[in-house]
Amino acid sequence: MAAAAHDAGHQTSLGVDNRKLLMWIFLASECLFFGTLISTYLIFKGQSLVGPFPGDILDIPLTSTSTFVLLMSSVTMVLAVYGAQHGRLGLMRGMLVATILLGTTFLGFQVYEFRHFGHVGLNLGTNQFGATFFLMTGFHGVHVGVGVLYLTSLLLGSMRRSGLGKERALWVDTAGLYWHFVDVVWIVIFTIVYLIPE
Amino acid sequence: MATAVGTLSHTEDRSRIWEWMTTVDHKKIAALYGVTGFIFFLIGGIEATLVRTQLAVPNGNVIDADLFNQLFTTHALTMIFLAIMPMGASFFNYLIPLQIGARDVAFPRLNALGYWTYLTGAVMLTSSFFLGGAPNGGWFAYAPLTSLEYAAGKNLDFYTVSLLILGVSSLMGSLNFAVTIINMRAPGMTMMRLPVYMWMTLVVSFLLILSLPIITVALVQLYFDRNFGTNFFTPDTGGDPILWQHIFWLFGHPEVYVLILPSMGIVSEVLPVMSRKPLFGYSAIVFAGAAIGVLGFAVWSHHMFTTGLGTVPQIVFSASTMAIGIPTGIKIFNWLGTMYGGNIRFTTATYFSVAFIFLFTIGGISGVMHASPAVDGQHQDSYFVVAHIHYVLFGGAIMGIFSGIFYWFPKMTGRFLDETSGKWTFWLLFVGMNLTFFPMHFLGLAGMPRRIYTYDEGLGWETWNLVATVGVYVIIVGVSIFIVNFFRTMRQPQTAGDNPWDAATLEWATSSPPPEHNFDVVPEVHDRDPLWYNRDHGIAPAAKPEHLHIHLPPPSYMPLVVAMGVALLGIGGLSHVAVAVLGVAVVVYGIWGWALEPTE
Repeated sequence: MAAAAHDAGHQTSLGVDNRKLLMWIFLASECLFFGTLISTYLIFKGQSLVGPFPGDILDIPLTSTSTFVLLMSSVTMVLAVYGAQHGRLGLMRGMLVATILLGTTFLGFQVYEFRHFGHVGLNLGTNQFGATFFLMTGFHGVHVGVGVLYLTSLLLGSMRRSGLGKERALWVDTAGLYWHFVDVVWIVIFTIVYLIPE
Repeated sequence: MATAVGTLSHTEDRSRIWEWMTTVDHKKIAALYGVTGFIFFLIGGIEATLVRTQLAVPNGNVIDADLFNQLFTTHALTMIFLAIMPMGASFFNYLIPLQIGARDVAFPRLNALGYWTYLTGAVMLTSSFFLGGAPNGGWFAYAPLTSLEYAAGKNLDFYTVSLLILGVSSLMGSLNFAVTIINMRAPGMTMMRLPVYMWMTLVVSFLLILSLPIITVALVQLYFDRNFGTNFFTPDTGGDPILWQHIFWLFGHPEVYVLILPSMGIVSEVLPVMSRKPLFGYSAIVFAGAAIGVLGFAVWSHHMFTTGLGTVPQIVFSASTMAIGIPTGIKIFNWLGTMYGGNIRFTTATYFSVAFIFLFTIGGISGVMHASPAVDGQHQDSYFVVAHIHYVLFGGAIMGIFSGIFYWFPKMTGRFLDETSGKWTFWLLFVGMNLTFFPMHFLGLAGMPRRIYTYDEGLGWETWNLVATVGVYVIIVGVSIFIVNFFRTMRQPQTAGDNPWDAATLEWATSSPPPEHNFDVVPEVHDRDPLWYNRDHGIAPAAKPEHLHIHLPPPSYMPLVVAMGVALLGIGGLSHVAVAVLGVAVVVYGIWGWALEPTE
């Protein structure tokens, strides 16, 4: 990155750092990725030939709780970025820990839900609902997992003697973009799968 | 942890292979892409030659039906994903920093990772021939031919896994190119002063960024159908084979513009220089290119007129498809306008560019014919379609690439490819390509279906099939002459000089070949044709500073580590999940090593 990012940090054509611009464009790509998964879900909605059907097994209060947990992680993420930008390292680290814990909790809910669905007989091959539901929410879960790993790496990096260096705010800010995006996608998925009746 | 191990010091003694394996220099990565892409171009050519040899005479028995299916499928995949796209990426890599006046791309290590991942996917796809059979369902792999019921072997799993890996590679490359062009332009290089080639690169990058995730999902769904019991595309349990076609062509149609737009960009660079005139209608060409990119996402169903979409979708997609003819026509007239009244130099590069216009127009016109659903119903799955795609891909993309090779070779190597030999290559390719593909129009209209491995006598197809096969061997002679030309030229002294064509764009402002840091002084841009502006206004190039303190990114082997992780992940997808888990671990290790590498 050096020569390039070197000039880039100070005088890019747009005034945005290359890495942050990369994240924005990558998220545009991700929109199409989740867009295709969500479209597939909608196309096969109501097309399952055998049960269990969504109305039989979706537990809306439970998933509302996990949705709330994920939404709160966006709040803590914002505070982590604030801490990074204003040099309040304690706040930054604390909020990174909180975001990681909330993200992991969300994943815990998802693992529980997947296992529960398996027990009542919904698997990938059971029907179209199973295939589209597990693929879509599974990929979302993978994204949350990658986000947890990403934030954990930043947290560990900030514990080093040199911390995250001069570009601390940029690193945390860029990770925040990713995290918020994954949250927004969940709001769409939650609405489509759980809130809109069949 | 701070003293990570990935970087090597410049003074360290290292072997040349290691130097290439760890390079992050965009010019060397371009060379890797270019040479590898050309090798796969030859492999794809061998596959095509076998196919054409089998079809030369009725009831041919050169190869059997199963191998024939593998060969035509892999021919398409190889040419599209392993040859034309990487050769395009080679030009992108080489030219982006030089044309916009930067020292490197925005993310040099990501660039290296893109190449190594491409190589991984390419080797995996090609190795399938020796590991139980190559993909055999056609390059668009229509369901339900790809279901376990009809394709029990690993053939289609090689298809999904290697295309997923190649997609990741293209995505990383495209993200990098887009950020570089948007964000690292030299002072004064506004967007509307970018060379047209850069504009086409930017459009292509965004096409890939927005279409690759779509095919990624389709490939994952197909993989799940075949390995985890889902039913996305198998109709028995509620799946929908037509859905595969929709998702595939949502990617597939932008993809064909990914293949052709770079060559349109090359022609837009070569013709003004060789005509010694500025490009006619710069903004029209730029906006037409962008319009093609946008419309490219709105025409996918014209590949599916015969599936019974209903009247309204047919009308809409027919109209949007015909609409693409407008920006394409604008470009063609602008190129003609550029040459009109110019003092044209008839170099080999000019020949290839002019042939591009001619041949691409033929392919474009047969494309507009398919835009009519009624006509398309007659052409569907016939050799007419094969003729069409080869006029746009061979007559278009490949001719453009050869034009670019002859035009930029002096910049890349400091040496001119031999012009006499180059014109032999041109005429043999031009004649051979028309001999091969023009008769396919007749064959298609005479009812010959594509992808049949043999045919009976007396159907009226014998003559044109034989002509087409002869054409392939003419092409082979032309390509062979080019290869000899290449090796002979590389033994010549470097005599080209900085700007042998008196070209206008920034890459010609530095030495040939350029130094590792590209420009001693980052140039300042005052005009769309910066070097002509400087020439006409008597602006001398900036004096070389006495002491250069240019910091270049150090080489790194972490891209190679991550690519090996991706390879393991792919092998795991084809064998055992444990290998895939190991692959993920290697990827994570590589990315951490990457993040912790000192880049100062």
